[in-house]
Amino acid sequence: MTFDLDLIVLYLPDIVRALGVTILLWLAGSALGLLVGFLIAVARRYGPRWLDWALLAPVELIRGTPFLVQIFLLYYGGPFIGLSLDSITAGLLGLTIYGAAYYSELWRSGFVAIPKGHVEAAQCVGLNRTQTLRRIILPEMTMLLLPSMVNMTILMLKETAILSIISVPELTLAVSALGTKYYAFVEGFAILALVYWALVEACSALGRYAESRLSKYRFAVS
Amino acid sequence: MSAKPAIKVEKLVKRFGKTTVLEGIDLAVERGQVTCLIGPSGSGKSTLLRCIALLEEANEGFIEINGEPLGFASGPNGERVRLPSSETQKVRAHIGMVFQQFNLWPHMTALGNVTEALVTVRRMLRKDAEQRAMTQLSNVGLSDRAGHYPSELSGGQQQRVAIARALALDPDIMLFDEPTSSLDPELTGEVLAVMRDLAESGMTMLVVTHEIGFAASVGSKIVFLDQGKLIVEGKPEEVFGKPRHERIDQFLDTYLDRGAATLL
Ligand SMILES: Nc1ncnc2c1ncn2[C@@H]1O[C@H](COP(=O)(O)OP(=O)(O)OP(=O)(O)O)[C@@H](O)[C@H]1O
Ligand SMILES: [Mg+2]
Repeated sequence: MTFDLDLIVLYLPDIVRALGVTILLWLAGSALGLLVGFLIAVARRYGPRWLDWALLAPVELIRGTPFLVQIFLLYYGGPFIGLSLDSITAGLLGLTIYGAAYYSELWRSGFVAIPKGHVEAAQCVGLNRTQTLRRIILPEMTMLLLPSMVNMTILMLKETAILSIISVPELTLAVSALGTKYYAFVEGFAILALVYWALVEACSALGRYAESRLSKYRFAVS
Repeated sequence: MSAKPAIKVEKLVKRFGKTTVLEGIDLAVERGQVTCLIGPSGSGKSTLLRCIALLEEANEGFIEINGEPLGFASGPNGERVRLPSSETQKVRAHIGMVFQQFNLWPHMTALGNVTEALVTVRRMLRKDAEQRAMTQLSNVGLSDRAGHYPSELSGGQQQRVAIARALALDPDIMLFDEPTSSLDPELTGEVLAVMRDLAESGMTMLVVTHEIGFAASVGSKIVFLDQGKLIVEGKPEEVFGKPRHERIDQFLDTYLDRGAATLL
């Protein structure tokens, strides 16, 4: 096996561009997934009973099927129901839906984990529902959920690789295209692994930093 | 003493599903007095307090705070009419509540806990709110702990912060639900001392407690609850002195060690 560095240098600009697409889709998909997941969790907790039930099925469906299958159906099946999306839009939408299902369950576990008494104390001093959510529940949940949120966000990065099957011009697609062209799969995928790993490490490091900032009160839940 | 009691509870009924936890409670708490609520576990003491704090909604009956209806008003035929929540919140603001579990918010310092409602609810400037909070913290002997998070405070200190948090809003009635029950014995004293000071300052207090000593010495009135009914009510010496109501006798025997009971 020869490790052909020249090839990498030659295609560096392509790879960098594809890396940009990966990072962008990852961050946008995670951010949107977090947000939509939060809205789902709030709707299920504070909304009417039927809404909770109505949201349960799609969340379970998404969590119960492989992302590969979902993205395939969305992109190639979408046009049959009048939903023709370009690959990047489909990719972002797919990631958002996928992330939202998982993040909503994390948020939900956060709501459950907050002692009822902390909310009652807020009620007793006159905070209304929105104020209690914003000032008490959300910050307290952040510290509880941070490790699992970071973990999910790492998984989101790795799921972006699946978008190559609907030819989103992201990193995995770019590298495998090069591999096909030059029979350099091993070099390509070795580099691919290193790049994903570096991104994951950066994400975990950020998470650890945030956790250490919050450690003062992390274990204070009485 | 003013004509209207600080708290007036009338024929209050509270059910959880099929079980009736409060079976028609009538109670008046006079202004400036300390009323101690005692009774066996499961008798409904917390539930009664939580109804007054509006953490539970009673199924029947009425509550008045300083003569104003809380949550529900009595209609022309005695039926319950739900009051608008803005009105309810206004009446509720007269009440401060202290929990057995302290319930401090763990992501805020002691000062942050006391300041929170002043800024978020009362819309005070942070600077003024903090000044007011510092006064409250020093009243409970904790000015040097203002910057500490709850996890960095002892149970007794946490409970004193919780008392300061409630008092910062300037309530005229304070409810306490077993404020010392989750504390180590050596820490109950500092919390009871703060409550004693508060009682001496003329605060109206309704206290659920198993500290019979505190109830006997600080309480102006003892109320004994048993299986959702208020069965004995009177001055400490009437309730604890002999001859005692048979259920009080049993209660003192069962729920306190005999040593403490004989001291009375
Ligand atoms: N949210 C609830 N749902 C169902 N039952 C409840 C609920 N809260 C209290 N109860 C029941 O109501 C009864 C009275 O409970 P409560 O907590 O008021 O008793 P208590 O006198 O405060 O007892 P303790 O001294 O143990 O604190 C108990 O039988 C309890 O199981
Ligand atoms: Mg209780």
